[in-house]
Amino acid sequence: MQIILNGEPRDLDSALSVEGLLSHLGLEGRKVAVERNLEIVPHSAYDEVLLEEGDRIEIVHFVGGG
Amino acid sequence: MAEAAISGAQSAGQGEDSFQVAGRRFTSRLIVGTGKYKDFDETAAAIEASGAEIVTVAVRRVNVSDPNQPMLMDYVDPKKITYLPNTAGCFTGQDAVRTLRLAREAGGWNLVKLEVLGDQKTLYPDMAETLTAAEMLLKDGFDVMVYCSDDPIMAKKLEDMGCCAIMPLAAPIGSGLGIQNPVNIRLIIEQSSVPVLVDAGVGTASDAAIAMELGCDGVLMNTAIAEAKDPIRMARAMKYAVRAGRDAYLAGRMPRKKYADPSSPLAGLI
Repeated sequence: MQIILNGEPRDLDSALSVEGLLSHLGLEGRKVAVERNLEIVPHSAYDEVLLEEGDRIEIVHFVGGG
Repeated sequence: MAEAAISGAQSAGQGEDSFQVAGRRFTSRLIVGTGKYKDFDETAAAIEASGAEIVTVAVRRVNVSDPNQPMLMDYVDPKKITYLPNTAGCFTGQDAVRTLRLAREAGGWNLVKLEVLGDQKTLYPDMAETLTAAEMLLKDGFDVMVYCSDDPIMAKKLEDMGCCAIMPLAAPIGSGLGIQNPVNIRLIIEQSSVPVLVDAGVGTASDAAIAMELGCDGVLMNTAIAEAKDPIRMARAMKYAVRAGRDAYLAGRMPRKKYADPSSPLAGLI
């Protein structure tokens, strides 16, 4: 299954939840926000929302800025 | 916020001067950005030296190919310092709203800085887009501190909509040109009943003092500190400049006179 993760295509072995994706990336417990196809996925729904073929996923966090 | 500022003043500098935005009270009137530093250690040290209680942060993609890279939050604790997410780099109201919704999800708070830029070269705010975005954000429950042009009419519209702080530029972002528009800044201060902060344009400590002497409730800056040769020392200078300017404003300056007026008595001269 392929998704677009932060603008880059990425192949996933199996169907993952958002929670699964974050832990696969080593981002569990980090203060990030996730958007799936332009819709925010709330923290409380990370384990329920399953990724699907072609999903556009954005994972963002806070960086230095003015 | 001239009236409230004066009534809340302590005459002899007794007690702590503070300002309130969206129901939260802050004692430091200096807000600093967290961009352009050489590393996160320097960022953290500059924030500490500045005494700032609020820092602006940007929202960007996580580097998913190397998630173990250091993150700002490992160095600047959001439990101690209020993160003010910005919309830097957004050129449409839609982008700004999308960015701040993500920021709210990542951080869990509503206080945000809206800036919608209209031009790459000047980074001047697009006020039509800013008004649209402010309306969407306010409807969505955000507390909006808004970067804006120095036009008093625009500032009034933003205040009437419900923005919790008006933040006009004093000169283009990152230019360090100082307070180019003291008349407009003063007009905005006089008409506003929410805090007014100069956001953008400060280059050195005297610029921050001038903004505060005009009666601003605070100053927001990033480049003036981050691009100083010694950012930590400049951060400290800005802390003192903001305090000095604030005290001078509260003290009330002497009238300007056309000619000299001797400081020593003329009577009793030998």
